[in-house]
Amino acid sequence: MAQGDPAILQLPAHSTGLGQPVAARGYGKPSEYEKNLQRRESPGLTRVSQSSVAFAPLQGLFGIITPNGLHFERHHQGWWDIDPRQHRLMLHGLVREAKVYTMDDLMRLPSVSRIHFIECGANSGMEWANVAVPTVQYSHGMLSCCEFTGVRLATLLEHCGADVKKGRYILAEGADGSGLTRTIGMERALDDVIVAWAMNGECLRPENGYPLRLVVPGVQGVSWVKWLRRLEVGDQPWDTREEALHYIDLMPDGLHRQYSSVQECKSVITTPSGGQVLLNKGQYNVTGLAWSGRGRIRRVDVSVDGGRNWKTARLETPVLPKALTRFNMAWNWDGRPAILQSRAIDDTGYVQPKIAQLRAVRGTRSIYHNNAIQSWLVAASGEVSNVQVE
Amino acid sequence: MSRWNKALCAMALVLAANQAWAQHSGIGRAATPAEIAAWDTDVRGDFKGLPPGSGSVSHGEVVWEAKCASCHGSFGESNQFFPPLIGGVTAEDIRTGRVAGLAKGGEQRSTVMKLSKISTLWDYINRAMPWQAPKTLTADEVYALTAYILHQGNIVPGSFVLSDKNMAEVQARLPNRNGMTRKHGLWETRGKPDVKAVACMRNCGPEPRITSQLPDHAAGSHGDLVEQYRLFGPVRMAALPVASAVPAAAPAVVSDPGRSLADKNGCLACHAPKQRTIGPALAEIASKYRGDSGAESRLVAKVRAGGQGVWGTTPMPPFQNLQEQDLRAMVQWILKAE
Repeated sequence: MAQGDPAILQLPAHSTGLGQPVAARGYGKPSEYEKNLQRRESPGLTRVSQSSVAFAPLQGLFGIITPNGLHFERHHQGWWDIDPRQHRLMLHGLVREAKVYTMDDLMRLPSVSRIHFIECGANSGMEWANVAVPTVQYSHGMLSCCEFTGVRLATLLEHCGADVKKGRYILAEGADGSGLTRTIGMERALDDVIVAWAMNGECLRPENGYPLRLVVPGVQGVSWVKWLRRLEVGDQPWDTREEALHYIDLMPDGLHRQYSSVQECKSVITTPSGGQVLLNKGQYNVTGLAWSGRGRIRRVDVSVDGGRNWKTARLETPVLPKALTRFNMAWNWDGRPAILQSRAIDDTGYVQPKIAQLRAVRGTRSIYHNNAIQSWLVAASGEVSNVQVE
Repeated sequence: MSRWNKALCAMALVLAANQAWAQHSGIGRAATPAEIAAWDTDVRGDFKGLPPGSGSVSHGEVVWEAKCASCHGSFGESNQFFPPLIGGVTAEDIRTGRVAGLAKGGEQRSTVMKLSKISTLWDYINRAMPWQAPKTLTADEVYALTAYILHQGNIVPGSFVLSDKNMAEVQARLPNRNGMTRKHGLWETRGKPDVKAVACMRNCGPEPRITSQLPDHAAGSHGDLVEQYRLFGPVRMAALPVASAVPAAAPAVVSDPGRSLADKNGCLACHAPKQRTIGPALAEIASKYRGDSGAESRLVAKVRAGGQGVWGTTPMPPFQNLQEQDLRAMVQWILKAE
């Protein structure tokens, strides 16, 4: 370093040679240097990869939009790449006329584009009783956010003449082997549910339901039925497997809560986060994500002393209902141990709770809907680890 | 035409256009009764949608051994690939309709412990089982399998025949029929939250105490974290000891198309590389047929047809829908196992 940085003083090949032509890659890919950011399974969580989860690498993402190739995956019986020309959507039950739609039909209808988060009901589910995983990818990575494009379910229901008085519920069914089925309330269906064919400007990825999926804003991911082929209007909920044997929350008295659906207000700091190490003392940008299934994020507070004192973080725009919201806060690390936390408040006034507050009501065996404040311990060495505090 | 008339005409045109849009003319078509019947197989808690038919526990046992036992164990007790179906319910639970074990905690929750509607079980087996060939069972087979599971859970006797006529009687015996509640604030957007926190800003509560940290043995459970984040930016991933339990994939093996096909088609769920699990280890199969030039074709036929007896009593289910070339690639890869 006598004269300066070799990266400046010695001109590299890319400054002294000819670069690559346009369209060298007809569909662009991330840089070679980004290959560490991958969707990953959590070893030991499931034993069969067709019925499993791949978590999104939240520790490496920016803003609020999840790149399509890094959107988290959850399949119940494996995924398929379905030929859209052979795909059909049937709408029947308590309707004036049962109808069949092709993709051609659906894409001629008036469409909407909306940014919404999707979170699996079991996100952070491994940590109800204790710390179980090292990084935010595995603690919170069943979370993604996209701009979805499709037709409002209300439009289709109207088109078929759905009896919205008697038909209080809708069953949505996937075309995959699992034939995944979930009941959705009519009020919600008429509100903001979308039958979507696109995410982030391109058609859905096969892993995310190509060519058609349901988007149920604010509700846990299992209701966002992928490879959507059938919608039935009925007068009762269906009690299907994914709403009567799984995705039910066990309470301390042994009762299971059924149809727990709303993803309540939650946030997490993604940098610095578990498994990382700070480079040295000095300035850092504490950044993370906040979201609420009941509406818009009103405020996010950040603590660096384990929840004793809080400062309000800066929210990046846009701040949209039922969408991820990015927060940032400058922090000067003095080299001493610190415990970082974030706490979100939504526009209903609901405050994200501590894990102890959740446990006092729901125990530790619920699996689903853990929206507790996350704590990251920064050691004097700069190493960051996943901890729980009281 | 006066300006007023022009305006009226324009308005009429706009109205007409709006009406045409609202009707979405030319979009979609009526579903035929046969089409609806083909897809509308769901069975509700009140048994709406349940087709006529019946099946005995003993018939269920035969179908079970052929199509279900390889994943779920002969008695539905296996915890190897999926959570157990059977276990954890008592005669007292059948009487009360609440599984007492669910309030205690500790043990793994089996399907019969959680099951509150018999229709749920029937509908799921019918729509999604067996694992690699869903929607191939007859209604009578579904009744028989449901009866077999109920018998394993001591809910019905071994002589029982389940049918659309007596589903309601079985429902009244389900151990956890009273174990589900919909009274909570998480169903509707406007539901009332069950946990209320307040946003204190200064000197909140006592000094925080760390109650849980990642245990040492789990430090390396998720592989080499350094490889899970970019190599520039405000932070790096810390290097952690990688637990030996995490299998390191050998690149040469991974790149074999037969391996990825075997993984994709679920073969590796029952066949491990070296240890015998549900089925024989891949190395065992390769060793048995080493030097046998006809082995490849015979194994291709065996995988397609399924079988039993070569390696033990656990049957291997048939995989009839595999492409010939894929199947061959998988068998070729398996025969190379060491």
